Amino acid sequence: MPRQTTKSIYWQGVRDGAPFILVIVPFSVLFGVVATEAGLNVLETMSFSVLVIAGAAQFTALQLLSDGAPTAIALISALAVNLRMAMYSASLTPYIGGATLGQRALAAYFTVDQSYACAIVKFESNPGWSIPQRLAYFFGVVTPICPLWYIFTLVGAIVGTSIPQGLALDFALPITFLAMIAPMLRTPAHLAAAFTSVALSLVFAFLPYNLGLLIAGVAAMMVGAQVELIVERRATPPAGGTA
Amino acid sequence: MIDKTSLWIVILLLGLGSFGLRFVFTGLIGDRPLPAWMLRHLRYTAVAVLPGLVAPLVVWPAATGGTLDAPRMAAATITLAVGYFTRNMILAIVLGALTLYGGLALLG
Repeated sequence: MPRQTTKSIYWQGVRDGAPFILVIVPFSVLFGVVATEAGLNVLETMSFSVLVIAGAAQFTALQLLSDGAPTAIALISALAVNLRMAMYSASLTPYIGGATLGQRALAAYFTVDQSYACAIVKFESNPGWSIPQRLAYFFGVVTPICPLWYIFTLVGAIVGTSIPQGLALDFALPITFLAMIAPMLRTPAHLAAAFTSVALSLVFAFLPYNLGLLIAGVAAMMVGAQVELIVERRATPPAGGTA
Repeated sequence: MIDKTSLWIVILLLGLGSFGLRFVFTGLIGDRPLPAWMLRHLRYTAVAVLPGLVAPLVVWPAATGGTLDAPRMAAATITLAVGYFTRNMILAIVLGALTLYGGLALLG
């Protein structure tokens, strides 16, 4: 294994985060545009992106407020969309739980789909990394993503015109996420969890407040864990080394 | 027009609440060891949540008013297949995007 310094690991994170620029830029411009069209000024729009820093939840809150939904409903729905962040937090805890409180707070603020997904893959495949190295990687991934989230929200808020439909940028998000998920499907347990997630999220898509995703997520985690146990029992003795 | 008071209530509380959700485990549990059964479930968080996040966007794309769309479906399939067999994320994105634009150009 090549020698890795904390600095080289940071840059590895930057490289792994860079493809998400393709998603973040159109998504944040779109939020800026939609928020401006809904009557928000630049300060309000930017406060959304800086304080919440979660596209799907921001769109949910904005959509519901524009539709005249009660404040509490808009808030609860958007928080429900973000409930997956608690699962990410739990999943990261074994890896960065030993960091200082300040570092953990900063990592928590920057826990988004992209930083989580990149980090968890690298943390699993590099069990020898120290906590500072894990944090370096995590903040490396965040570096090309989060600043652009703020900047291009501002661009969207200022430009305020609609994006040409022909670019089909709506599909930038699914494509980048699929490209990210596919290499994670390493074992039967991972495959079973992913299939469960897809099937149940479609079956329960009719539920309000994004509850379908939560049901699908919890059920898929249980399926993954169970399949892992079954595979382990069959493969006695445990040769070790695979996880 | 959105009421300014409720707008700011939502922005501030959503910001606070989202941070709380992100901090709840890393912040409160810290480096105390988690039980094996919980770790076994947490290993599958990413593959349990992200596919479910994407699936409805692929099957019912907002851009087509929620009807299944051949170019988007093909792009999703190619991206997934390339990513699975090559483990190369960038290649999967590029080929997926080419499939999407090719499909849209062919089928309108």
